[in-house]
Amino acid sequence: MGIIKIKNLVHDYIRRDEEGNVEGTSRAINKVSLEVEKGQFIVILGHNGSGKSTLAKHLNVILMPTEGSVWVNGKDTAEERNLWEIRQSAGMVFQNPDNQIIGTVVEEDVGFGPENMGVPTDEIWQRVDAALRAVNMVAYRHHSPNKLSGGQKQRVAIAGVVAMRPQCIILDEPTAMLDPVGRKEVIETVRELNEKENVTVILITHYMEEVIGADRVFVMDQGEVVLQGTPKEVFSQVELLKKYRLDVPQVTELAYELKMAGVELEDGILTTKELVEGLKRYLLREKGKDREGK
Amino acid sequence: MAIRVENVNYIYGEGTAYKIHALKNINLTIQDGEFIGLIGHTGSGKSTLTQHLNGLVRASSGKIYYNDQDIYEEKFSMKELRSKVGLVFQYPEHQLFEVDVFSDVCFGPKNLGLAKEEVEKRAEEALKSVGLDSSLYKASPFELSGGQKRRVAIAGVLAMQPEVLILDEPTAGLDPKGRDEILDEIGKLHQERKITILLVSHSMEDVARYVKRIIVMNQGNVQFDQTPKEVFRHYRELEKIGLAAPQVTYIMNELRQNGFLVDTDSTTVKEAKDSILRALQGRRES
Amino acid sequence: MIRDITIGQYYPADSVIHRLDPRVKLMGTIVFLVSLFLFDGFSGYLVATLFLGGAIWLSKVPLKFMLKGLKAIFMLLAISVIFNLFLTDGTVVFRIWKIQITREGIRMAVFMAIRLVYLILGSSLMTLTTTPNDLTDGMEKALSPLRKIRVPVHEISMMMSIALRFIPILLEETDKIMKAQQARGADFESGNLIQRAKSMIPILVPLFISAFRRANDLAMAMEARCYRGGEGRTKMKPLRYKRRDFIAYGVYAGYLLAVVGVSFVFQRIF
Repeated sequence: MGIIKIKNLVHDYIRRDEEGNVEGTSRAINKVSLEVEKGQFIVILGHNGSGKSTLAKHLNVILMPTEGSVWVNGKDTAEERNLWEIRQSAGMVFQNPDNQIIGTVVEEDVGFGPENMGVPTDEIWQRVDAALRAVNMVAYRHHSPNKLSGGQKQRVAIAGVVAMRPQCIILDEPTAMLDPVGRKEVIETVRELNEKENVTVILITHYMEEVIGADRVFVMDQGEVVLQGTPKEVFSQVELLKKYRLDVPQVTELAYELKMAGVELEDGILTTKELVEGLKRYLLREKGKDREGK
Repeated sequence: MAIRVENVNYIYGEGTAYKIHALKNINLTIQDGEFIGLIGHTGSGKSTLTQHLNGLVRASSGKIYYNDQDIYEEKFSMKELRSKVGLVFQYPEHQLFEVDVFSDVCFGPKNLGLAKEEVEKRAEEALKSVGLDSSLYKASPFELSGGQKRRVAIAGVLAMQPEVLILDEPTAGLDPKGRDEILDEIGKLHQERKITILLVSHSMEDVARYVKRIIVMNQGNVQFDQTPKEVFRHYRELEKIGLAAPQVTYIMNELRQNGFLVDTDSTTVKEAKDSILRALQGRRES
Repeated sequence: MIRDITIGQYYPADSVIHRLDPRVKLMGTIVFLVSLFLFDGFSGYLVATLFLGGAIWLSKVPLKFMLKGLKAIFMLLAISVIFNLFLTDGTVVFRIWKIQITREGIRMAVFMAIRLVYLILGSSLMTLTTTPNDLTDGMEKALSPLRKIRVPVHEISMMMSIALRFIPILLEETDKIMKAQQARGADFESGNLIQRAKSMIPILVPLFISAFRRANDLAMAMEARCYRGGEGRTKMKPLRYKRRDFIAYGVYAGYLLAVVGVSFVFQRIF
């Protein structure tokens, strides 16, 4: 079994009136099944309200399934005795950098998780050192989080999770509140963790440029996984993505537009380099054809 | 001419270890009816500058004129300035406080001391122009979706009927669809109601689609103040100050270096497509 | 304006004072505050000044930075000086109409001012050199005997440290909301008391909502990081007394003796 397995997951939010009576339910996740292998870099895409954040909360047992099951590292999230073990093996980074930093000094915040787990003092220090190195924040270890930039705060939050030595990190729109520089910092940090430390990453986002380099992409809409595959496979579906209120990187859109105008290019172009190469090949072919024509 | 900024400096924390020179000798003029993009990374001084334009922050030195009137003159009414130069803050939905959407939007015009009918008329107009469905007028602002909340907050400023509208990252945290909707509404406001707009943003892609002029700020200075095409020619310098030109600019420059005779000044996907098609045609015929 | 408050702020530096055990610093602050009320003469003040001055010097916190914290109590200081100056009976030095200033008045005013200033400097020295986490750790440990009578010491100290972390954030947020409402024409300065109180609603409602949202997020983030109360928790920075801490206790004892002794000798001689 993969590190994460979700089978027929359903989640209903229950609305209650002021007396606590059930007024109605709204379905946030509808029969989702997916599996993540160890060491993969997974991206879950979707617009606001597509159910992607709800899904994330199931992986950390902040929410429990209404129907269906979720297994993290082989442990069923519905069983209470697995709770702390799951939270330790699947760390979570949230959207708002300010609201997830508990410590008033960077290194103390990173140590918060291991402290809760009852890790001996000496080992906490080792873990904190390693975690700060992994996110490249050693120079700021004695700083107050309030004085850091958004990207730096998010890196501290990631270090806080790394220090718990999880096998899997789930990031719930970690870049939504950051500027482009911060966004880049965070994504680079996450990629490095995945490559160097072999941590499984599940990145939830609506920024398309963060998808590039992922092993697998899931697109969610109205609580369901509507599209999945490699980034290339997903981005060849420009029309479909637009239908799901997502946009594609400008280079992909440009390639798509050119193709519609009759320029033969492969599907799902994701980088400038691919486009330039594609156009060169196209030109050679066309020139060849023209010569034959003459 | 709407706003003129002359030699404005802003320093805070003077005499402490945290002294910051946030604005350094800023000079610029905003003409009536312009649509300007104000771009800079976090801490470049762009938000501080916007708060000077409606008098919320007072310059340490220098002058600001609104319609040729010195706003620091004693008899000048700051309250009136704030109604003429509307400022929508970042995450403006955090300022909502009333029991329903409609009364929240009434807050601004009510503060101007207008009659009840006028207040309501303005609120309704404002809500209409941000495209909020009238069935939501009586809903609590806290029950709305993120995008809807943001529109209500923008309507709250629009209801004061400002001549200049400044929006500080109006699309922050929204998904692509929500972002496009808000930007389109703003574009419409500019076209239909001739409101002067200053759009603060991180995203060159967003700005390139709408504005005719871009002001780039860096470390409290105005680094560039030109048309989008001219600004994007400096894409290497933009990178050095933590910004980037739209991806299209990079693509076109890359193509050019690979021998395609494309127009590197293309700023939108559509322009780029047309230019590439022309270049391909040219190469085939050569 | 809001940025001026230095009480509760931490000033990062590498000094002996910074490295002292927080319990030692807590004790020292209490000793110093109590000592201010033990004596009543110039010599006592001299010793206290030496003690405080020495501590500030050792702490490497710039004096200017410390004095900034006094701005917040300026009004209080002015009022107490004025009261003491004009309302103390004694040998008249100066008089205009019914207002008189006495020798004792001047003495009282000066002493009172010094006491207040020292009080603030002494306690802000502690907060400036101790991270809020250390401080709450110190309190938690110092108060831990109370756990036996079911006082939730860990929970209280956790609450305090979270409050300390979020106060600056909420202050900044207040500033921002105020500006946003001013941009919508709100007026917080004019009108009578009721109008002014009413004008706070547009600030307070969004502030509360934001505070609740943050609390919610934070609770979730803490749980996600395996927080489950004080039970079974280890410490990254456990408090252990070191040699310098015992020396500090020795210094306190010496200081107390000096203050009391000097005042006593001083009174005998003069």
